[in-house]
Amino acid sequence: MISLIREHTEKMKPPRALWVPFELGRPMGAPNNVQFQMKVLLGALNLLEEKEGPILIDFGEEDPTVEGTITNLVCPVNFAQKDEDLSDTEKLINTVKAEMNSLRPWYDEAIKKRGRTTVGVSGIELDGLIDFIAAFFDGGLPENPKEDIALPLVLNFATDDLKAFYFEAITIQPGQKSPSGQVLEDWFWGETKAGKMFLKLKESLKGSEDGLIQAVARIMIVPSSQAYRKKEL
Amino acid sequence: MARLDSMNEKEQKFILSVPCPTYDTQPWVEGPSLSKRRVAIITTGGLHKRGDRPFTFDPGDLYRIIPGDIEANDLAISHVSTNFDHSAFQQDWNVLFPIDRLNELAKDGTIGSVADYHYSFMGATDPTQMESEARELAKILKKDKVDALLLLPV
Repeated sequence: MISLIREHTEKMKPPRALWVPFELGRPMGAPNNVQFQMKVLLGALNLLEEKEGPILIDFGEEDPTVEGTITNLVCPVNFAQKDEDLSDTEKLINTVKAEMNSLRPWYDEAIKKRGRTTVGVSGIELDGLIDFIAAFFDGGLPENPKEDIALPLVLNFATDDLKAFYFEAITIQPGQKSPSGQVLEDWFWGETKAGKMFLKLKESLKGSEDGLIQAVARIMIVPSSQAYRKKEL
Repeated sequence: MARLDSMNEKEQKFILSVPCPTYDTQPWVEGPSLSKRRVAIITTGGLHKRGDRPFTFDPGDLYRIIPGDIEANDLAISHVSTNFDHSAFQQDWNVLFPIDRLNELAKDGTIGSVADYHYSFMGATDPTQMESEARELAKILKKDKVDALLLLPV
């Protein structure tokens, strides 16, 4: 097995484990580095040839292609709002729509280049995602588009779809090799209007009487490492 | 980096507080050489076929089957946690589901073969709740003649 948290593996003592120093969510290392992935994979599979255990071995190599400091990710345009009659939340939602439109050519390019997308788990069309999410502000409850999944979980999948749209779009732009997850996270939560919308939504949902919505608000929308940004609202 | 010293204090505290099952014994099994092994992937990444029902917290909803011949665009993720990087998987499915790498190793004879089916759990579930399904799955894997598992966390 591959281990990401060494301390957990030390406690559970599985027969054969290779601890890797990569970010959570990257057990095989960086994307698109075939040679490095192969090295990690063989490091784990070769443990099958060992004769005594339990074994916990360290893979002491960082993926050399990952860039943990560069931030040359292009920030989407900050669109001016003219309609004075709208609430702050409505203005923010409109800006997110405009921001999403500005990223759409890159998202389309990403699908073309990669031949795949991870967007779509919520089952909601891209054009309807923001309206569905925004309907939850201030205690609102939109119609559930999925009969077999609880509405708060559909909200969680919709927020994941929107994040995936942003990340798939930005990572196809030229001028970057392989940004770390941390770089991308800081970009999304620190610089995009969608990140701001989610931070605001989290605060709004906290007042819900529905326990599952509260749980979604508490742990499923904003990563704990980015929760401090609510001060920036 | 999945090293505690690279996480903030709150994350470190949470990670260290996660209950980990311990076992009275440490079973050890040896098998044929790697070049004769049939390998299957088990991930806790909450992966599934695009058309499958996303993972929920419903009782008994514990794993999904991923056929070995799945197309990259048919593999989706619905893991409930937002506290791990999804961007790498979005760019390259091999980061969480290294099926291309395994097929390459089977082709050059480093491993014997790749299993017809692979399996995905959602790791946010209490591991002790998964025991009966895990035992059931072990029987299915034996029937599929799998004798090597690659376990991948997120």
